[in-house]
Amino acid sequence: MRQQVLVLYLVTSAIDSEVVGWSRYDGTGRTSPTTGDSDEPPYPTGLAAMQDGWRLFQAAQLLPPQPGHEYDVSFLKHEFFFEKWEEGFRP
Amino acid sequence: MPTSKQLLTSVQVARFVAQGFLRLDAVVPQEINRRAIATLTEGLPNVPYGTPLGGAFAEDVFVHELLALPVVAGAVQSLVGPGPTVDHHAVHVREPHGGQAQPLHADAIIDVRPDAFDIQLMYYPHEVTAKMGGTLSVPGSHLRRINETDIGRVQNLRGQTRLTCPAGTVILVHHGIWHGGRRNDTARRRYMYKLRLNPTVPQVRLWDTSDLHDPAVNAELETYFPWYEQAAARLEIYNRVLLWRALTGDDSFDVEYWVTRVSNRPALRSHA
Repeated sequence: MRQQVLVLYLVTSAIDSEVVGWSRYDGTGRTSPTTGDSDEPPYPTGLAAMQDGWRLFQAAQLLPPQPGHEYDVSFLKHEFFFEKWEEGFRP
Repeated sequence: MPTSKQLLTSVQVARFVAQGFLRLDAVVPQEINRRAIATLTEGLPNVPYGTPLGGAFAEDVFVHELLALPVVAGAVQSLVGPGPTVDHHAVHVREPHGGQAQPLHADAIIDVRPDAFDIQLMYYPHEVTAKMGGTLSVPGSHLRRINETDIGRVQNLRGQTRLTCPAGTVILVHHGIWHGGRRNDTARRRYMYKLRLNPTVPQVRLWDTSDLHDPAVNAELETYFPWYEQAAARLEIYNRVLLWRALTGDDSFDVEYWVTRVSNRPALRSHA
């Protein structure tokens, strides 16, 4: 079995909110997703990915801003990791 | 060759503050483009850090002519002022069917100066088609505080730009913009020349400010981008307002009251 990982960045911390960013990592070796390879997200929301069989295994914690840095912007906050397990493929 | 400079308008500079880049399509004449490709093939000599731009390039090198174009000279002066220094320059070549996409990154190291910025001039001497893997960039990412490739996990963002452009295009980007080179899937070499410039004067009202109070300035500064989280989008506007205040010297400027509201701290007064 090989793991496929889908990372979705959502517009709020709610899993059923809209996707604003996405990444794919394919442990089966069948595909080679990379930076800047698509302009449209694979799913409209995080929930839509779950409905298509992706299993959520990590969600970004909700952390209060550090004192003095309340207005800073940095990494996208609402990051959700999903996985699928598939039969392995030897390229 | 005309030597006058075409300064940017306030609306154009506001767009730069909001988007983190300014795009000048097909502004370089084909004759310079041809000579540039030949020079980039051979390579350019190193320029020591901090060299004044005025003396950095011999008159017979294409970079000198490129920077003398009124539209380019005016844009550079509008953003970093007169007499900038060369940070470094580089020739980026993507071989036919070669190279892997770079991870998303910002250049150099994390750089959070609130009242100063460097620009990077990116020059494309030939047409860049979709399959040539033109630079990926993320509009409105330049004020996000990240260090170099720490953002590399992120592959795609809604509203990202996968550059296609006509020959002779120049793009001026804020030092913080998220970007990355992409794989070239054609049989043609892809060239890009990059020049980073450091300001030597305060970056205050260096452009043509005759339209400073045009409502279009506010419209540019309140632009939201499709990849912003709902809450962080408001902080993006907040940070843009601070940068616009620094660039204009106007500490009362605001968009939608975002900065004014959270800065309001009436002092306790004696009623004695």
